[in-house]
Amino acid sequence: MCLQESLSNVSLYLMCLYLHFTHRYYVSSKTINKLIQVHDRIFCCIAGSLADAQAVTKAAKFQISFHSIQMESPPLVKAAASVLKELCYNNKEELQAGFITAGWDRKKGPQVYTVALGGMLLSQPFTIGGSGSTYIYGYADAKYKPDMSREECLQFATNALALAMGRDNVSGGVAHLVVITEEGVEHVVIPGDKLPKFHDE
Amino acid sequence: MAAATAMRFGQLSSGSDMAPDWTTKEVSTGTTIMAVEYDGGVVIGADSRTTTGAYIANRVTDKLTPIHDRIFCCRSGSAADTQAIADVVTYQLGFHSIELDEAPLVQTAANLFKASCYRYREELMAGIIVAGWDKRRGGQVYTVPVGGMLVRQPVSVGGSGSTYIYGYMDSNYKPNMTKDQCLRLVSGALSLAMERDGSSGGVVRLAAISETGVDRQVILGNQLPKWSTIYLTIYPTVCLKDWRSTLLSKGLEIYPTVCLKDWRYTLLSV
Repeated sequence: MCLQESLSNVSLYLMCLYLHFTHRYYVSSKTINKLIQVHDRIFCCIAGSLADAQAVTKAAKFQISFHSIQMESPPLVKAAASVLKELCYNNKEELQAGFITAGWDRKKGPQVYTVALGGMLLSQPFTIGGSGSTYIYGYADAKYKPDMSREECLQFATNALALAMGRDNVSGGVAHLVVITEEGVEHVVIPGDKLPKFHDE
Repeated sequence: MAAATAMRFGQLSSGSDMAPDWTTKEVSTGTTIMAVEYDGGVVIGADSRTTTGAYIANRVTDKLTPIHDRIFCCRSGSAADTQAIADVVTYQLGFHSIELDEAPLVQTAANLFKASCYRYREELMAGIIVAGWDKRRGGQVYTVPVGGMLVRQPVSVGGSGSTYIYGYMDSNYKPNMTKDQCLRLVSGALSLAMERDGSSGGVVRLAAISETGVDRQVILGNQLPKWSTIYLTIYPTVCLKDWRSTLLSKGLEIYPTVCLKDWRYTLLSV
């Protein structure tokens, strides 16, 4: 899931993903990092077929860094999301991967873009994705409010991930969170046993 | 009659994509239903939408069906299947209650649902939540999902819209809530699910069942709690410096208006 709070003076937002890479019902790995860095201040959350997602992000990383060298400035988040969207849309028959692109740029500050399965690109204040996201739509709709502080954002994301991991059988393991601001990027890792617990656990 | 209409539409084109959904699809209460136990009774709730494909056949459905004086069931899945099962169980339970000469147990009603749902599991598509009050165990909620399992739970959600509110339910339910807290939880969860699920919508029907009786309420669409999905996005725009004179020179009039100081905050928090 991806959150963005657009306080005018604090520009930061948050990307986090639960991780569990499975092939059918076999858990191949419990410690995959699904947050891929495509540029200094732009990250990508991946969902769906991991092979497809890795291939697409690799191509996108190259294109984005090439674009940024040509423009002689850090790329816009919208440009990065657009690159991913082109790749997803032009190869929509073969690919099975969805992305959330999020980051900070000088023009618009923190932004979140979602690139869905068929290649749709949408800008949203916050978004969730992946198989476990269906279980937390209600929670996210209820608890999200604009202009949250960094701690509130982190708490919101952690709670939402913990709830989704509690219900989705293919989500679990470790929660990765990345906080992206103008100053830099901070990676927070929360192992499963340190996640918040709810009434039925 | 539906078959005749379908045939007529079928003759219009060879593909079935020309015929509208409601001529061919089965009536379904793709839905959101929920039940919560509290000390002294249960609170049950459901949305009110019945669909045949993309057409909403009934937008004010009552999915909370009384099975006995203090026992209700919430229906989800195929409308025909759930109505038929509910009729059968109502008859069986009524007969049993006369034989016993006292009010039936909620567990009995739940087991009757399970017996029908399990025996005919290949033919049926029905997810049912049975909830009520009896003298022996107070308020109880039993869920009988597709397939015919029976399990008692303090809180249960069902239907197509239920997937969206598992997280909300897990985080907001606490044991030993009061009746009002339960009502708020159910109406909040149902409105969130109705917001996200295309097969759920309309009004929220609630019922609180206790020793004293059944208290039914309806919450209309505009009275439902509002969530973050209604927040407006305010885009910053370029401010034209002499906009007043520009407008006046084009012959447009400018009416004086009150300027709300924190208009951004106000709009965002509406």
